[in-house]
Amino acid sequence: MAKFQPLADAVLENLNDGDVVAFEGFTHLIPHAAAHEAIRQGKKDLTIIRMTPDLIYDQLIGMGMVKRMIFSYAGNPGVGLLRRMRDAVENGWPQALELEEHSHAAMANAYEAGAAGLPCAVFRGYRGAELAKVNSNVRSVACPFTGEVLAAVPAVRPDVAFIHAQKADRKGNVLIEGILGVQKEAVLAATRSVVTVEEIVDDLNAHPNACLLPDWTVGTICLVPGGAHPSYAHGYYVRDNAYYIAWDKIASDREAFLSWMKENVLDATPEDFGGRVGKLRSAA
Amino acid sequence: MSDMVHTPDEMMTIAASRALKNDDVCFVGIGAPSAACNVARLTHAPDITLIYESGTIGTAPDVLPLSIGDGELCDTAVTTVAVPEMFRYWLQGGRITIGFLGAAQLDRFGNINTTVIGDYANPKTRLPGGGGAPEIAGSSREIFITMKQSLRGMVEKIDFFTSFGHGEGGDHRQRLGIETQGPTLLITDLAIWRPDPETKEFTVVSIHPGVTREDVQATCGWTVKFADRIEETPPPTDLELKTLRDLKARTKAAHQGQPDPGKAA
Repeated sequence: MAKFQPLADAVLENLNDGDVVAFEGFTHLIPHAAAHEAIRQGKKDLTIIRMTPDLIYDQLIGMGMVKRMIFSYAGNPGVGLLRRMRDAVENGWPQALELEEHSHAAMANAYEAGAAGLPCAVFRGYRGAELAKVNSNVRSVACPFTGEVLAAVPAVRPDVAFIHAQKADRKGNVLIEGILGVQKEAVLAATRSVVTVEEIVDDLNAHPNACLLPDWTVGTICLVPGGAHPSYAHGYYVRDNAYYIAWDKIASDREAFLSWMKENVLDATPEDFGGRVGKLRSAA
Repeated sequence: MSDMVHTPDEMMTIAASRALKNDDVCFVGIGAPSAACNVARLTHAPDITLIYESGTIGTAPDVLPLSIGDGELCDTAVTTVAVPEMFRYWLQGGRITIGFLGAAQLDRFGNINTTVIGDYANPKTRLPGGGGAPEIAGSSREIFITMKQSLRGMVEKIDFFTSFGHGEGGDHRQRLGIETQGPTLLITDLAIWRPDPETKEFTVVSIHPGVTREDVQATCGWTVKFADRIEETPPPTDLELKTLRDLKARTKAAHQGQPDPGKAA
């Protein structure tokens, strides 16, 4: 059975300075509240993994918590670039950032290999792509049966994974509906896991194939309604697209970024997320 | 032919939409490809299967998604699969007929850069990166590319080979063991281009109404090759233009709430 804890305690117990951590979510169910708690606790020297680092990784990088990022697409989808990440890569502010860059196919396969307990992932990819030349973790292997040369990347095995889900029951069985991303793989690949949820219910009341993670695969459950905002929780509240558009300007200036972070993250609490999604609930 | 005056952007989207067939299975890139694919679905290709990399298969959004994972895509999809399955079974499995991509930088052989401007280790501009594109470019049976022409975008030499098109041209794909066709069509705001059958260099085969050869060359960083016979792209019909404008209007209304990133909602 999973442990049930307040988010601050779960982050304190599960995330250490120097950890390899994945806050996963593929546009949907991005664990913003968990990342903000990590920022409030001032974790350092993190290696952050995610297929699609967007606003929360821009924030972690801008707050100087990250030494290395493993990723496949670092943008504000539909809006533009990640300006804090760019500032770190191009100007070393607030500190230099090492990148290990992959394609989506490579990252998805690497998470799956991690969940499957394999040392590496094998797939048909990277042909002619220059990432294979700048990332020494992109290698190749010949199929022992056909001789076809396939791409190989190491499995992703985070120290800790944070995800957000719609529901857990009182034992900690986790339900996710809608766009699934790589959250199941991230939790199964990780040594420790924390799942924030919209609600805790007596019965998941889901069809036979729908429970994503049985309780014994999950470390800790934290009740954080609205905890994905400005990402969304299918059936609960919609994506706050206006917020993503507004972020571009906030992140474009170091001072504006820092003062926004103070007001909305450092001086805020996990309970604030519920209020942020109020008017987004009616559209879900 | 429409009496309504259309913009070059609208001509680009509509020309791109016409290239898609009703029985295509299309892996949709965000931005211009997404608009073209949905105009096709709402006009001549109602049964087209649109797939977004977030795992949504057979999606039919009423408004264009801002990201590749908006809830609208999942709500209207036939099914939604996890991302590893998306890339393994559906893309790598060879089930995609058309991969539709945009580009920050493009060369004459359809190679795409969305990674960096400048040197990889010390970039002048760090772009988002490849995302799904490197394997979309390799595993889709054909690649369509759409982008607005500019000297910054269409260059003699791209800074980084994010997604492999025809490489150095000719049989470069086959030499690397890539069995798919690669880029077969480029639709810009000024013209339609197809690769030369031998060299694989993109060649202008159709010019949009009101556009001259000089316009096409002035906004392209390499010396443009024109086909022996060049057609004029048929202008948008009333139906095409109305469909696109209605879609954009619905999208704008859906995405422009009051920005409210502060803690008090």
